[in-house]
Amino acid sequence: MSALTAAIDAAKAQGRAALIGYLPSGFPNAATSHRALRAIIEAGVDIVEIGPPYTDPVLDGPVIQQATAAALASGVTMADTYAAVSVVRDAGAVPVVMSYYNLMLQRGLDTFARELVDAGAAGVIAPDVTPDAAPEWVEAADAAGLDHVYLVAPSTTAERLALTAQASSGFVYAASLMGVTGERASVGEAAERLVADVRAAGAERVCVGLGVSTGEHAAQVARYADGVIVGTALVKCLFDEDEDAAIAAITEKARELRRGVEGHVEAHA
Amino acid sequence: MTSPAEHTRLQAVDGPFFGDFGGRYVPEALVAALDGLTEAYDKAKVDPEFHAEIERLGRDYTGRPSIITEAPRFAKHAGGARILLKREDLNHTGSHKINNVLGQALLTKRIGKTRVIAETGAGQHGVATATAAALLDLECVVYMGEEDTERQALNVARMRLLGAEVVPVTSGSRTLRDAINEAYRDWVANVDTTNYIFGTAAGPHPFPTIVRDLQRVIGAEAREQMVALGGLPDAALACVGGGSNAIGLFDGFLDDPEVRLIGCEAAGDGVETGRHAATLTAGRPGVLHGSKSVILQDGEGQTVPSHSISAGLDYPGVGPEHAWLQAIGRAEYWPITDSEAMQAFALLTRTEGIMPAIESAHALAGAIKLGKELGPDATLLVNLSGRGDKDVEQAARWFGLHPEDDA
Ligand SMILES: Cc1ncc(COP(=O)(O)O)c(C=O)c1O
Repeated sequence: MSALTAAIDAAKAQGRAALIGYLPSGFPNAATSHRALRAIIEAGVDIVEIGPPYTDPVLDGPVIQQATAAALASGVTMADTYAAVSVVRDAGAVPVVMSYYNLMLQRGLDTFARELVDAGAAGVIAPDVTPDAAPEWVEAADAAGLDHVYLVAPSTTAERLALTAQASSGFVYAASLMGVTGERASVGEAAERLVADVRAAGAERVCVGLGVSTGEHAAQVARYADGVIVGTALVKCLFDEDEDAAIAAITEKARELRRGVEGHVEAHA
Repeated sequence: MTSPAEHTRLQAVDGPFFGDFGGRYVPEALVAALDGLTEAYDKAKVDPEFHAEIERLGRDYTGRPSIITEAPRFAKHAGGARILLKREDLNHTGSHKINNVLGQALLTKRIGKTRVIAETGAGQHGVATATAAALLDLECVVYMGEEDTERQALNVARMRLLGAEVVPVTSGSRTLRDAINEAYRDWVANVDTTNYIFGTAAGPHPFPTIVRDLQRVIGAEAREQMVALGGLPDAALACVGGGSNAIGLFDGFLDDPEVRLIGCEAAGDGVETGRHAATLTAGRPGVLHGSKSVILQDGEGQTVPSHSISAGLDYPGVGPEHAWLQAIGRAEYWPITDSEAMQAFALLTRTEGIMPAIESAHALAGAIKLGKELGPDATLLVNLSGRGDKDVEQAARWFGLHPEDDA
């Protein structure tokens, strides 16, 4: 059993969904981003997705685009991602990397997989490639002992749900809606149905992301999914130029989400 | 002569892969739409009605076939070679882009979608899409890098007059590449109602194949016209942004090995300066915008910003079929600088009274070089992919002829 599936199962054993947070590496700078990683883990995030910034993030909305563009402009490289992976591991959470495909390809798929394992990563989420398009990545990841997580979307056909469930290890990432990353007022209605369908197609563990922004959303998703994935709502906190305020805000957001996955719905004022 | 086996014909290579290049590297959310498009296109391809409709629109709307014009006064500056221009600039809306758009707009109707989106660099693909949307009653949104909305302001106004919404894209390099990113984001969110009319022979399968097939008319006509004019040319030249006008021309001559195929890329300030868009000259294999091809990138795989005076060539990627034609040695790709292109622009305008698009001027500059190399016995066919109306302001500034320069 991989570290990733173990973390999801451990959460389940506690009667809750796993909480998965996303942060881009090196934003707003290496030191603050490491502090933020430790803070959200301390606040109860089980699994952390580290995103190496990429110049053409077609699946990201404005907030993550802005954060990753700033990180790139400040000179962040893949080495910063590896460093962040190790920070997550040392803080006691499970690191996975969410990377656009060309960055993986240029590193060399085998090299990338080995380097990630050395840094302590448990898996990779490749959002802009499907398993049938690049079976060579599945091979490289398997050879290194790395989980390969793939996405399904509300538009995914029954045939492809089966294919993706079969090709994924760790978990299947169910996109709650058709669209890019970013906060939403509510969780897409299609999500619950999609989770049921992908389970029926053979997926053992299914986590839901895209648009999950509040503790309330997290609680709602936690009722039917094995994990709740939150990106933009966390990243947004790091735009505060006062570092201590940013860390306080992201800590509070992570706690709110943790209470959500535990099923404690916040009473809204 | 025994006829070569069908499988050895380069023209018959159909994707998703062209050698090592092509394929479909996209988010799962778009796979169903691309599958649907592939299926609809495969059906349309064998439907005589679809072809009849494309032919009718080509003839009665675009003005096909486009003529061939000999350019003898221009040719004097190109080693005296015989130079013939394939006049895609005379098409309705002013460039070859309309050939592709009409076909994809018909396909949109066939799959029952009511809204189209497009990316545009120079604005020609956007104008063509807005035009087809007006003609076929489709809602139309065009994404255009903010830098390009400034240098091609006239085309922004044209699209808006045609009823399209133009969205200036402010992210990244604010050029064509970012317009494509933004169009993808729109498509992922609205794929139920929306078809993405892609403007060049790049992107994920089936786009490189569809766009090539719809632009194939350029090369097919030109080959027949050349034969009627006395024989195949020694070389066929076209500018290369994503590669649609070039692949359309080259396709007609792919299996005529005696015809050299030369794609002219934008070398901007010069390849050695790093400020250029000469993808096949200076790029490496990678994945960008849904297919494996050659891209301008750094060691980590980050796309490097491109640079060209020509918005339509200012793109750090290129269609996969061109990467393949280069790899197998069938086509050559030459870098042409901003100033070489602008000299050719001025020369054709002054010697023949034909003002080319700055994109097309890159192919003319290639012809000047090749003509000087080959001399008066050579016959060169140049694809004049578009007209220069949209570039008047920019060209006037380049040559110091803008009314504001009089002050
Ligand atoms: C007149 C003209 N020629 C060429 C191009 C480049 O595109 P492609 O390489 O797809 O032909 C453009 C693109 O905007 C254009 O407007």
